[in-house]
Amino acid sequence: MSVHNTHSEHIDSETGKLGMWIFLFTELFLFGGLFLVYAVFRAKYSAEFHLAAGELNAFIGTMNTVFLLFSSMTVAMSLTAIQKGDRKLALFLVFVTILLAGLFMVNKYFEWSHKFEYGIYPGSEVLKNMSHGELLFFGLYYMMTGLHALHVLVGMVLLSINVVKIRSGSVNSDHYLMLENSALYWHLVDLIWIFLFPLLYLIT
Amino acid sequence: MSISGSETQVSYLEYQGKHKGIWSWLLSTDHKRIGLLYLYAIIIFFFVAAFLGLLMRIELIAPGRTIMEPQTYNGLFTIHGIIMIFVIVIPGLAAVFGNFFLPILIGARDVAFPKLNLFSWYLYMIGAILGVLSQFIGGGAPDTGWTFYVPYSVESSTNVIYALTAAFILGFSSILTGLNFIVTIHRMRAPGMGWMRMPLFPWALYATAWIQVLATPIVGITLLMVIAERVLNIGFFDPALGGDPVLFQHLFWIYSHPAVYIMILPAMGIVTEIFPTFSQKPVFGYGAIVLSSLAIAFVGYFVWGHHMFTSGMSYNARWFFSFLTFIVAVPSAIKVFNWISTMYGGSIDLKPPLLYAISFIFLFMIGGFTGLVLGSLATNVQTHDTAFVMAHFHYIIFGGMGFAFFAAIHYWAPKMFGRMYNFRLAYIAWGFNFIGFNMLYFPLFIVGLQGMPRRAYDYLPQFQSGHVLSTIGSFILFAGLLLMVYNLIRGARKGAVAPANPWKGVTLEWKIPSPPPHENFDDLPEITSKPYLFGNISDNK
Repeated sequence: MSVHNTHSEHIDSETGKLGMWIFLFTELFLFGGLFLVYAVFRAKYSAEFHLAAGELNAFIGTMNTVFLLFSSMTVAMSLTAIQKGDRKLALFLVFVTILLAGLFMVNKYFEWSHKFEYGIYPGSEVLKNMSHGELLFFGLYYMMTGLHALHVLVGMVLLSINVVKIRSGSVNSDHYLMLENSALYWHLVDLIWIFLFPLLYLIT
Repeated sequence: MSISGSETQVSYLEYQGKHKGIWSWLLSTDHKRIGLLYLYAIIIFFFVAAFLGLLMRIELIAPGRTIMEPQTYNGLFTIHGIIMIFVIVIPGLAAVFGNFFLPILIGARDVAFPKLNLFSWYLYMIGAILGVLSQFIGGGAPDTGWTFYVPYSVESSTNVIYALTAAFILGFSSILTGLNFIVTIHRMRAPGMGWMRMPLFPWALYATAWIQVLATPIVGITLLMVIAERVLNIGFFDPALGGDPVLFQHLFWIYSHPAVYIMILPAMGIVTEIFPTFSQKPVFGYGAIVLSSLAIAFVGYFVWGHHMFTSGMSYNARWFFSFLTFIVAVPSAIKVFNWISTMYGGSIDLKPPLLYAISFIFLFMIGGFTGLVLGSLATNVQTHDTAFVMAHFHYIIFGGMGFAFFAAIHYWAPKMFGRMYNFRLAYIAWGFNFIGFNMLYFPLFIVGLQGMPRRAYDYLPQFQSGHVLSTIGSFILFAGLLLMVYNLIRGARKGAVAPANPWKGVTLEWKIPSPPPHENFDDLPEITSKPYLFGNISDNK
C-alpha cells in the first residue's frame, strides 16, 4: 500500500471552483439554446408575442424577481459569515435563502395553475385556437420557466445539504467550498431569471 | 526529466482497495481502471453496431429485398448511427485513452475529480444501454436516422423518445468528462510542466474538452425540445403550429459539427504521440500543432451551416459557411505536414502502431479532400444526401478516428496490460482492415457520384457492382477486426511480459513500470525541458 494516498480525499478550493465555473458555462449554453429559439420566434411574430405577454401577471413576476434578488444577497452574506466563523448567522442566512426560493416556487405554482384554469397549457384546445405566435410564446414560457424552476429546486436541495454540513461542521471557516459552489450555482439561477423576466413579462 | 519508476507500489491491476472483486472495478475511482471500463464497454458496443452495419451491407448486396424488410433496415441504420456516434466515436478516444493516459502524461496521480469521473462512466452506461434497448422495446426501433430530423422525428410512432433520452444522457456524460479534463490540465500538471512543455495528446484533449463543454449543451436542449414537442405538442419545429424545421437543423448542427472535431482532435493527438516515438525524432513544429488544435476547435464552431446548403439558407449564409469550411481545412493540413516532417530524416521503425498511424494519414486525407468537395457550394448540390456523403463521413470517422483508435491500442496496450501482443498477427489484421476498409467505402464514392442516395433500402441495378464490392469489403473488414481484437486480448492475457519502455518512447508514461502502479508515480516528476527530446539524436536543442 502506498503512503502517498492522494486519490480524491480533498479537492483544493481553486480546483473545485474552476470545475463549478465551467459547469456554469454549460448551463448558460443550455439556456442559450432556448434564448436563441426565443429570439428567432420573437423576430418572426413580434406583434403576437406582445399580445401573449399581456396574459402574464407582471406583478407576480416582479415579486419573484425581488425574492430571487434578495436570496442572492442572503446566500452571498452566508458565505461571508462562514468565512468569518459565524456559524449561527451563516445557518440563518442559508435558511432565509431556502425560504425565499420556496416562496418563488409557491408563486410559480399559483401562476401556472391560474393559467391552467384558463386552459392555457401545452396541447390544450384554447391554445390550438390561438395564433401561431401566441402558441409559440406559451410553449417557450412553459419550457423556459419550467427548466428554470427545475434549477431552483436543484438549488434548494444543494442549499439544504449545506444546512446539514454547516450543522455537522464539515462546512466551516476553513473548508467552505461546498457552500461557495452552491452560492455560485444559486447566482446563476438568479441571473437566468433576470433575463427571463423582461423577455417574458415586460414585452407588452 | 527525473525518472520516477516504482518498486514500492503494486500495479493498478493488482491493487486491492476498499472493495474486492468486481466491485474493485465498478466502484474504483482510479482513472486507469475507469479507462479500461470504458474500453471494454466500447468494444462490446462497437461489435454490436458493426454487426448491424454488416447486416445492412448484406441487405444491399442486391436490389430489392435480400434479408430484411424496409422498416427493419430503417431501424438498423438509425441504431447503427446512434451507437456508433454517441456511444463509441464521441466518447471513444477521450474516455478510454484520455482517462488512462492524460494524468500520466502530465505527471499527475489522477484526474481532478475522480468521483465525478466514475459518475460519468455510469451515466455513459445508462445512456448506452437505453440506446440499445430502444431497438427492442415498445413501438419498434427508431427510424429517424441518428440526426433526428423534424418533423419526422416528431411524427414517427417508433421509440424515438428512448433514443433522444439516451443521446441526452450520453451528452451529459461527455460534458462531465470534458469538464474534468479541463480542470485536470489547468490544475494538476507536474511541477515545471508549463503549458508549452505539455505533450501533444493532452493539448488535443484540452481543445476537445472545450468543445465538449461548450457545444454539447446546445444539442442537449435541442433534444429536450424535440421530446417536449412529442410529449407536450409544443410546436417549436412544427410548421403546422408556426414552428420552423430548419431551426432544428441549425440547432442540431451547431453541436453536431463541432462533435466531429470532438472525434477527430484526440485522434490527431494520438498519432502526434506515435510519430516522434517511431521516428526517434522530436516532433516537427510543436507550436504549430498546439495552435492548429486550438484553431480547429475554434473555427469548427462556425461551419455547421455546410450541412444545410440545400435546406434553404440565404446566399450570404451559404458562401460564408463554405468559406469557413475551407478555412478549417488549413490547420488540419498543417498537422499532416507536421507528421510527415516528423518522420522525415528520422530512424523509422514500422511497428504496428506506426503502420496504423500512417494509414490514418492516408485515409484522413481522402476523407478531408472529399469533405472539400462537399463544402463547395456547386458540387454540394450534386453530392448532397448521396452515398458520397456517407463514404466521406466513414473515411473521416472510421478511417480517421477508428484507425487512430487502433493505432493507440497497439501503441499503449503493452503499457496498459503489461504484456505484448503478437506482431505478425497484428500486421495481418492490419492488412485485412486496410484493404477491407477501402474496398467497403471507396466504391460508395463512385456510386454516390452516379446518384445513389444514402440511407436507401433499394437501388437501381446500375449501382449493383459497386455495392457488391462494398459488401465483400465489409466482410474482409469484419474479419480483420475480429482478428485484431483476438490478438490484443490474447496478448493482454498470455503475451510476453512487456518492458517499461518497449518503443523507446520519451514521454512520461514510458518512465513508469508496465502496467503502471496504482498511484502512477512515487514522487511527482520534475519537468525541466520540452517534451519529445530523444537523447541520441543530434538535432535536439
